[in-house]
Amino acid sequence: MSSEVKDFNHKVAPDWCPGCGDFGLLAGLKKALPSVSLETHDVMVVSGIGCSSNLPGFINTYGLHTLHGRSLPIAQGFKLANHKMTVVAVGGDGDGYGIGVGHLVHAMRRNIDMTYLVMNNSIYGLTTGQTSPTSGFQMKTKSTPFGNPELPLNPLTLALGSGCGFVARVYTGHVTQLIDIVQKAIKHPGFALIDTFSPCVTFNKINTHQYYKENVKDINKLGHNPSDLYAAFREATREDCITTGIFYQSDRPCYEASEEETLREPLFAHKLGISREEETALMAEFV
Amino acid sequence: MDKLQSQSGSQNPLNKEKIIVSAITIRFAGDSGDGMQLTGDQFTDTAAVMGNDFATLPDFPAEIRAPVGTLPGVSSFQIQFSESIIFTPGDYSDVLVAMNPAALKVNLTNVKKNGMIIVNESVFNEVNLKKAGWKVNPLLDGTLQNFQVLKVPLSELTQNSLKDLPLKLSEVERCKNFFALGIVFWLYSRTLDHTTTWIRNRFAKRPEIANANVVAMNAGYNYADITEILQTQYEIRKADLEPGVYRKITGNEAAAIGFIAAAQLAGKTLFYGSYPITPASNILHDLAKHKHFGVKTFQAEDEIAAVGSAIGASFGGELGITGTSGPGICLKSEAINLAVMAELPLIVIDVQRAGPSTGMPTKTEQTDLLQVMFGRNGESPIAIVAPKTPSDSFQMAIEAARLAITFMTPVVFLSEGNIANGAEPWKLPALEDLPKIAVKHAEPGATPFLPYERDPGTLARKWAIPGTKGLEHRIGGLSKADLTGNVSYDPENNQKMINLRAEKINRIANYIPEAVVEGPSTGKLLVLGWGGTYGAIYEAVRNLRAENKTVAHTHLNYLNPFPKNLGDILRRFESILIPELNMGQLLFLIRAKFPGVHTVGLNKVQGQPFRVAEVEEKIRLLL
Repeated sequence: MSSEVKDFNHKVAPDWCPGCGDFGLLAGLKKALPSVSLETHDVMVVSGIGCSSNLPGFINTYGLHTLHGRSLPIAQGFKLANHKMTVVAVGGDGDGYGIGVGHLVHAMRRNIDMTYLVMNNSIYGLTTGQTSPTSGFQMKTKSTPFGNPELPLNPLTLALGSGCGFVARVYTGHVTQLIDIVQKAIKHPGFALIDTFSPCVTFNKINTHQYYKENVKDINKLGHNPSDLYAAFREATREDCITTGIFYQSDRPCYEASEEETLREPLFAHKLGISREEETALMAEFV
Repeated sequence: MDKLQSQSGSQNPLNKEKIIVSAITIRFAGDSGDGMQLTGDQFTDTAAVMGNDFATLPDFPAEIRAPVGTLPGVSSFQIQFSESIIFTPGDYSDVLVAMNPAALKVNLTNVKKNGMIIVNESVFNEVNLKKAGWKVNPLLDGTLQNFQVLKVPLSELTQNSLKDLPLKLSEVERCKNFFALGIVFWLYSRTLDHTTTWIRNRFAKRPEIANANVVAMNAGYNYADITEILQTQYEIRKADLEPGVYRKITGNEAAAIGFIAAAQLAGKTLFYGSYPITPASNILHDLAKHKHFGVKTFQAEDEIAAVGSAIGASFGGELGITGTSGPGICLKSEAINLAVMAELPLIVIDVQRAGPSTGMPTKTEQTDLLQVMFGRNGESPIAIVAPKTPSDSFQMAIEAARLAITFMTPVVFLSEGNIANGAEPWKLPALEDLPKIAVKHAEPGATPFLPYERDPGTLARKWAIPGTKGLEHRIGGLSKADLTGNVSYDPENNQKMINLRAEKINRIANYIPEAVVEGPSTGKLLVLGWGGTYGAIYEAVRNLRAENKTVAHTHLNYLNPFPKNLGDILRRFESILIPELNMGQLLFLIRAKFPGVHTVGLNKVQGQPFRVAEVEEKIRLLL
């Protein structure tokens, strides 16, 4: 069976502002899924809360729009229960790097097979423009009218330092690169983080489409070797340009590999009941 | 202790007397490093093997090793064992085993007048007496004059019994609890076989340690047999339990296997997402051992992730369960609410402990009832069930799962520290007596799938298993449109959906057993309890009825919704006494739900269960 992009269209139209970077991500995701032979019922999209987290409502797959910062725990529980599904978690920078960052660190070290797309706009959009964990130092927002006194978080070095086996970044306006990275992330057998620059056209006048178009450089085209962790750290901390691409990919086994026995079939479909021998052994231990 | 009959010990060379008694309460107390919980467990196992009924009260500090010899470091274990049916660990103990001055100080008020106190005389030195706050050695002044005191130099006797074995002094010292256990085994004519086997298995890799413990226990037994201070040995006959296979079980153990059984009855695998918290953690340990029986356990990074993973698993098609205690419920509340909105089956185990805040983590309370009832934003009704004894946790676990699956709703399984850690005999149920749990899965059809289409009887929506072609659907925490589940801000729709969810929970009352009145069905006083106060209320009411007092008892396993006949029952009595280990939470609900009913509270928040006598006294005042 094969599917097409249009199968993934849902009749509910996105409620994002015209020009929002999230449109690019949704379009890229809808193209990437059928291109890796997935059908609509094979895919589960889980989100947190925020403008970008409304995405599951706009794509015809299984979907769960959860709580602020909690997409990853729910996505991981889902994946363990029903591991033949392809799980894609989505959300914003406030959701994933602010309120939910604790879960992100553990999801990365735990390495359950899923793809996490963060639509990073360096601002809280749905709450109308407060500083976010990735807002620049001194950036003026509604909550920091005299400039942001905090340094922004670097999601890439956080991921590289947390054992994440697939670390990438892309600007959502570069749809071809986005599709290519999403395809690779979905095929990657483990947790994949894709930080995406997804500009907020309403509340962030600094990190704009124009800004990213002018400043991003694809490190994979510049000869970066994604198996080199130290090179990945270097590329993730460059100050001369804004780097995109696949920074790091390792072949470390995913969580499920340690649970081969219980995950041979999706857990929800496991055969129940016990053999006579198992019953006897259990009773001997039990009584 | 009731003296039923006595006989002279004709088979006993020292001609010691043997008395048969109906029930005995023993309290083992010592430093948290003295192995008192283990000693108590072994005594309990032996009571089980010998066919007594029993109930236990482990009572220990939250610190793994509080400073040695201090009052906060005292760990104790109380057991009542009997030839008749009992439900409480006993109000006061017939025997206190005190391993140090601190243990004596903390537990002296728990000993019956003329009761026996066995002390480790070896450690009643100046330093330890001072740590425990004894100005004068209580073994030497008149402090213990109302008790039978057995002063045993436990440390020296244990050392002496093990002097030929190649052990370090610290290893020898750790055997003294088995010496003490040996004395108590003799005193109550217990067999040593079970504990001997247990020691040999427990220390299989260190046979010299196993041997030392067995030797120490036998030495204690023989010491009691030959010492002239002990002239009487007691015997407690087998209880007249229904025929069947029994085992000792704690509330947390019963909950764990109850949920495994429930999942099997529903044809579902079980997912348990949890974060360690006292006193719920050993449910995680028990379930983790059973991963080959349709159980997946997941130790999450925090309480929120734990409940989140369970919700994800439920959406994925497994029975999602999370377990915690009150502080964890606070953290999980937002996620429980998501399961309310998404209408997914979710079981939330709350093993209540003493609060507020971190409170007294190892002590018991019933103070989360209103939290689980109301502690979420918006109109967010959920079902609540509560076990009343340790073994009842098995049955109520199955009930929690039945309601969660049948009604596609979160259900709180509201246990208590005392139920969780307390043990009693449990008759293994016959599998064929356990009813199957019917699951209504959605099936793809010719028309688009409507995730919020409801069963006209239960009002539950259907469970759709992701991966099924044609059932793709998207749900979440935003207000749901009727039928489609799409996001909706329509005012009328929001009102309708909230009404539907409330009505769904109300209708559970049609699917649970009615409440039962033990005793007269009408009259002056009904004692209404819930959860772990069952034993104390049951025995108090039984004792008073034996005095021809007229008093009735109703106990609730279902707290939301209430059994549908509860109002009728309450209105037949002039007064309702509600004993609770909180400041009146069920009372609050009863007053709100049944205005006009005259209610009186009996409330206690001391981290300890009710004594039977406390309940009796309150009933007497009201009669």
